Amino acid sequence: MYRRLMQHLVRGTAAVAVSAGILLGTPALAARTDVILGIRLEPPHLDPTAGAAAAIAEIVYNNVFQGLTRIDRDGTVKPSLAERWEVSEDGKVYTFHLRQGVKFHDGTTFDAEDVKFSLDRARAADSVNPQKGLFEPIDTVEVVDPQTVRITLKRPSGSLPFNLGWAAAVIVAPESAADNKTAPVGTGPFKLAEWVKGDHVTLTRSDGYWGEPVALEKATFKIIGDPTASFAALMAGDVDAFPIFPAPENVPQFEADPRFTVVVGDTEGKTVLAMNNGKKPFDDIRVRRAVSHAVDRKALIEGAMYGYGKPIGSHFAPQDKGYVDLTGKYPFDPEKAKALLKEAGAENLSVRLVLPPPDYARRGGEVLAAQLRNVGISVEIVPMEWAQWLSEVFRNKNFDMTVVSHVEPLDLDIYARDDYYFGYKDPDYRALYERFVASTDESERLALLGQLQEKLADDAVNAWLFLLPKIGIWDARLEGLWENTPVPANDLTEVKWRE
Amino acid sequence: MLVYLAKRLASLAATLVIASLVIFAVMEVLPGDPAEIMLGTNARPDTLAALRADFGLDRPAPERYAAWVAGFVQGDLGRSYTYSVPVGELVAQRLWVSLPLAAISLLLTVLIAVPVGALAATRRNGPADVGIMAATQVGIAVPNFWFAMLLVFVFAVSLRLLPAGGFPGWGAGLWPAGRSLILPAVALALPQASILARVMRSSLIDALGEDYVRTARAKGLSRSEVVRRHALRNALIPVLTIMGLQFSFLLAGTIIIENVFFLPGLGRLVFQAITQRDLIVVKSIVMLLVASVVIVNFLVEVAYAAVDPRLRRRA
Repeated sequence: MYRRLMQHLVRGTAAVAVSAGILLGTPALAARTDVILGIRLEPPHLDPTAGAAAAIAEIVYNNVFQGLTRIDRDGTVKPSLAERWEVSEDGKVYTFHLRQGVKFHDGTTFDAEDVKFSLDRARAADSVNPQKGLFEPIDTVEVVDPQTVRITLKRPSGSLPFNLGWAAAVIVAPESAADNKTAPVGTGPFKLAEWVKGDHVTLTRSDGYWGEPVALEKATFKIIGDPTASFAALMAGDVDAFPIFPAPENVPQFEADPRFTVVVGDTEGKTVLAMNNGKKPFDDIRVRRAVSHAVDRKALIEGAMYGYGKPIGSHFAPQDKGYVDLTGKYPFDPEKAKALLKEAGAENLSVRLVLPPPDYARRGGEVLAAQLRNVGISVEIVPMEWAQWLSEVFRNKNFDMTVVSHVEPLDLDIYARDDYYFGYKDPDYRALYERFVASTDESERLALLGQLQEKLADDAVNAWLFLLPKIGIWDARLEGLWENTPVPANDLTEVKWRE
Repeated sequence: MLVYLAKRLASLAATLVIASLVIFAVMEVLPGDPAEIMLGTNARPDTLAALRADFGLDRPAPERYAAWVAGFVQGDLGRSYTYSVPVGELVAQRLWVSLPLAAISLLLTVLIAVPVGALAATRRNGPADVGIMAATQVGIAVPNFWFAMLLVFVFAVSLRLLPAGGFPGWGAGLWPAGRSLILPAVALALPQASILARVMRSSLIDALGEDYVRTARAKGLSRSEVVRRHALRNALIPVLTIMGLQFSFLLAGTIIIENVFFLPGLGRLVFQAITQRDLIVVKSIVMLLVASVVIVNFLVEVAYAAVDPRLRRRA
């Protein structure tokens, strides 16, 4: 209620503020070289090789730390610390040629030894790398000469260049790696200037950066957790941009305001209504298909996401190469859902729907519960905080259904894992996935990706809902921020103010 | 007096030991694993185990309890799992926000409440009193976060006089840091001032009915002099008691206001630490708060006993 009241109040006051701005006029100034970005969560620390929090990568990826490769704004793999690379005929040996004249922020030189150190550290027995699985196919890392590294794999993997572009695969130096959590030392265009815990992290331009010079001298990431506060911060001009704006209900006000640019882009967040395939009643494919028919994605996106978010029909983001549109596979059809439930002898189902804290889950869960009740499934909603969700749902698999967004790019591997939380164990899918991993031929890989998506949709493992949108709002004079989030990042290398 | 002191000290120590055990036990049974929170859904079991060992969570509970208490007694509050910096450092950083904020709000509270309450008491049942009583009723009823948002939209969004939130740190200068505390302090002070003004009013009304007031009036002092020199001082005792309670609330109970203004205060640190299962931070801060309350109470009791011999004998 108070929010609505506030919105009315704000519309009025914002109009006053805008007209006052027009009357006073804005003096011509040289382009600014600093930017203040709002982020919702504070990173626990700043070492992407030791923590999974997206907030870490959103500050340091490509800004402070760089990998051999990088993922660009469109999700493609680009050279970064490696200028180029070759792969052997059998797809098992990759040779990376490193860039010359690269220095870490502390002045030490970057060379092949640092690459070997970083990759071996991530693979080590005592490694705390959150994506250790990415490095699992690596057999050996050899230093050929200071500018060349040879990586030999246990089996062919066409995903290696992409995987080495993840934030968890950035290159660190042996001299500084231990302190990267609080004093990050990387090779990127920015270095850490200040971190006032709970308030902001400031990066400044690093002199002697090897690449294209960056326009910004200073970038501040301001931590604003509350959606209403982030609205006020943008309106008051306390922050210049909110790359991931948390309150979709306020977006129309920004769209109507010429001071701001609103960009609705895509993330890799495949939001699913996950079902526990490992136990009754969702071990029955008919029940899972019934759920898929019971879900009205359009109403869900309208009701829970204020219309933002693209419907998906399998575990794949529409903007990624190899996408197959399967949203028509289970059309919204309550009668068919009821019939399938009857056929499965599951007419009086009663299930627990666990909801983690994000708004998409809490709001989406309410809508989904209503839709499921509509076909005769009685749903008990159980809200949980993340820590509890991770131990109850993710580790102990003590759940019937949950709503969660899988934000890792191209993560079809989770359906091939032994012990994953939704308990899908299908030998055919695994065989198909093995073929995909081993393939280094691009067209074959894309065809296999399509088959994998179809297989999942056919088995109705989960009910796939929508792709999490990335609503970016920033000062209309600011350029170069990413529209989409192929990986968690706020790459500032191309950000500048229009003069 | 020595016997009394020894007894009080023993009870102080026992309270602290029991509190530490309860706090530790609660943190033990809380579901969730700090390593899982840190490493996310793609973490391998061996990675999780490595991180748990790094945090020292692989050791048995009694050993961890002993290590925690031993460290605490020596002033070492441990190392935060999430931030990997000493907890003492985190708390100190937050106190630089929370202490000044609490002090400014309390000052505002007193500056508003005492004169307003006194005015209401001396104009009892008059229009000023009725108006003040109604206004303070509203002040108590309106949630402070709503009032905070109202302030933000008026002073930050439309007038753009003050920042909508955040705290640049005292390193940014006295004024830039201080001005970001103005709106939160006002938002915090208003409900507190409403409470305190009502306490002030009734306490002053009571004092004005005392015999010594009548005596002073009979001696020929004017009404305002009686209020100023006799009644007000006596009326302040309950006001001071309430103020003490308000200060401890303002120090750690301001989480909602800290959220509205995204201030890095103590309340938000505790909240954040709970959601991230940064248990060492939660444990140490809660213990610190318990210890400070218990120790202050102990000192007050000793002070009472020092002035009032009856208390010593009873103990």
